[in-house]
Amino acid sequence: MAASVRCFLRSGKNAVSALGQRGFHKSAPAAVQMMVRDALNQAMDEELERDERVFLLGEEVAQYDGAYKVSRGLWKKYGDKRIIDTPITEMGFAGIAIGAAFAGLRPICEFMTFNFSMQAIDQVINSAAKTYYMSAGQQSVPIVFRGPNGASAGVAAQHSQCFAAWYGHCPGLKVVSPWSAEDAKGLLKSAIRDNNPVVFLENELMYGVSFEMSEESQSKDFTIPFGKAKVERQGTSITLVTHSRYVSHCLDAAAVLAKEGIECEVINLRSIRPLDVECIETSVMKTNHLVTVEGGWPQFGVGAEICARVMEGPAFNFLDSPATRVTGVDIPMPYAKILEDNSLPQIKDIIFSVKKTLNV
Amino acid sequence: MLTNISNVLRACAQRNGSVALVSARTYADFTTEASFEIKKCDIHKFEEAPATEVVMTRDEGLKYYRVMQTIRRMELKADQLYKQKIIRGFCHLYDGQEACAVGIEAGINLSDHLITAYRAHGYTYTRGGTVKQIMSELTGRKGGIAKGKGGSMHMYTKNFYGGNGIVGAQVPLGAGVALACQYLENNQVSVSLYGDGAANQGQIFETYNMAALWKLPAIFICENNRYGMGTSVERSAASTDYYKRGDYIPGLRVDGMDVLCVREATKFAADHCRAGKGPVLMELQTYRYHGHSMSDPGVSYRTREEIQEVRGKSDPISLLKDRMLSNNMASIEELKEIDVSVRKEIEDAAQFATTDPEPPLEELCNHIFNDNSPMEVRGVNPWTKLKSVS
Repeated sequence: MAASVRCFLRSGKNAVSALGQRGFHKSAPAAVQMMVRDALNQAMDEELERDERVFLLGEEVAQYDGAYKVSRGLWKKYGDKRIIDTPITEMGFAGIAIGAAFAGLRPICEFMTFNFSMQAIDQVINSAAKTYYMSAGQQSVPIVFRGPNGASAGVAAQHSQCFAAWYGHCPGLKVVSPWSAEDAKGLLKSAIRDNNPVVFLENELMYGVSFEMSEESQSKDFTIPFGKAKVERQGTSITLVTHSRYVSHCLDAAAVLAKEGIECEVINLRSIRPLDVECIETSVMKTNHLVTVEGGWPQFGVGAEICARVMEGPAFNFLDSPATRVTGVDIPMPYAKILEDNSLPQIKDIIFSVKKTLNV
Repeated sequence: MLTNISNVLRACAQRNGSVALVSARTYADFTTEASFEIKKCDIHKFEEAPATEVVMTRDEGLKYYRVMQTIRRMELKADQLYKQKIIRGFCHLYDGQEACAVGIEAGINLSDHLITAYRAHGYTYTRGGTVKQIMSELTGRKGGIAKGKGGSMHMYTKNFYGGNGIVGAQVPLGAGVALACQYLENNQVSVSLYGDGAANQGQIFETYNMAALWKLPAIFICENNRYGMGTSVERSAASTDYYKRGDYIPGLRVDGMDVLCVREATKFAADHCRAGKGPVLMELQTYRYHGHSMSDPGVSYRTREEIQEVRGKSDPISLLKDRMLSNNMASIEELKEIDVSVRKEIEDAAQFATTDPEPPLEELCNHIFNDNSPMEVRGVNPWTKLKSVS
């Protein structure tokens, strides 16, 4: 309950500021609450309807309605030809999906979780990402790889890895990581319409979270461009840069810190690759402090890349203290709840890091 | 009687130093088409095998001869250029296996689809690439079929999806192309080639499963040249009956040194697929004269005698030539003329491939994404910002 109230307040604030920017409206836009999974469902439904060449394949996506119910109702509506249940053979079906993209279709290839994408990672990188370049522009690969990424709850080491850094490392891929329902819908529609391989990192724990959907986002042509981060909360004391589930954590931490007079600017990356460095730099040049927050491991991670980029650009000279990374603990994910809880950034960890960075 | 007259004419022509030999022989002299007995294919889960009595026309024969000879000479030229260090990196040559590429293409249409692994120069040619484009890709020039950005293993042309470097990965890709054919209902088939080494890859079995389950119009072809790099088939496979390894997928074992055998089997398989009956597996028994790649002399794991024996008894070009000559479908001179013409084409292409400039540095970061607005790419240091266009 608290979570949804918080969400409403958060999105309510956004809706208000959006209104302010657009000017006075006689009546408030129709406020629609939508869960992230339904936003994803709607995005796929609209794109399947819009373009005959779009189809979805993966384990349990059809008759089971999706392992996490993200593709609920799609098989009933579109049938066997466009919603395809595959055997448990990731390397095979990812390759098949990419081949279909070579030959003119627009597949959405679902990995039940991105952990299983490791079985198929050669296809994603060597057959999908690199092909346009190797063929000097002759062979495009309009494919989306989507599925839940990162930690869930109690699923232990083999089912909890975050792949943002791994896929974000590779040229030829676009990598996006939505947070809100609006992010999910707009980014997924963009991904499906993109003629290039897109890795779409969802989050299982966000599927059931509701967000207010702006009027704009309710359109069938609503897309969010890649490479543009969103400032979810304006602030002046410090910049928090994050993606996916941790946007919620950062906003919660910001609410607590606000009571102590620390105003955090929270940036929702939305795109891992391309990274919106400009947005980060603009913010850091204003706040003079930077903390990155992610669920993935620290070494060679998203936060590490952000720090390196800030060092190389104009924002470095505006930093009053070194940037801080808040990350998952550098261990395989344990099972026991107390251990798992302490393996990932909690709100208190973000608050602690902010204060340390600000030296208060 | 006609033959005698024309022989005299020919002799006269030679003495005069003229080269217009063919015109001395009239069209009526040659057999326009003939029937040939070819080896019967071994079958697996088929009720019947491809025909063993097949017809080849003179025109077809001349075409197969020319194409095989072109591939042969092109590969030998690549060998030369590699030894001169004008070609770098990996270079996997196809000489010996020409009947496979040419026979397959004769059994399908250009509107069908094909994908193979890294021993791909022959297929790039049969699928529509020119010798010039192929050779200058090998030498890494801007006139290359992939503008110099792909190299030996990454050549593409219409309905030809490479050229793939990762062993086995091309097979699921090819089945995906077949899925698209089925989805789009275009009556086309997708041919996916792989070697005896790749035949043990797990992803190939995953692909067999889905192709059979969904009845994809996919022809899986194993080019069994007896060696996966330096490992013979006996040392790598528990079952060397590659045409049976598809289990529930019907299979054919084909003499891959006979272009007509390959053609018949391919037609047979394509008909099966187009009728919606699902995938077919073909094993082509063939041989490569060169080692695995240019860095492999190819004689540490097999004997020179073996190579010589295959060359002497089963060379695909010799086989075709003998057939045509003994059936009066062409003259030795005519075939020699083709040889000369092919040699010239290869020389010209090699000349181009060694003189065409390398791609300009401005091209370095292009072709990362399709249909994208121009973007910046980080160079080797933070001050180097490179431009990338689609």
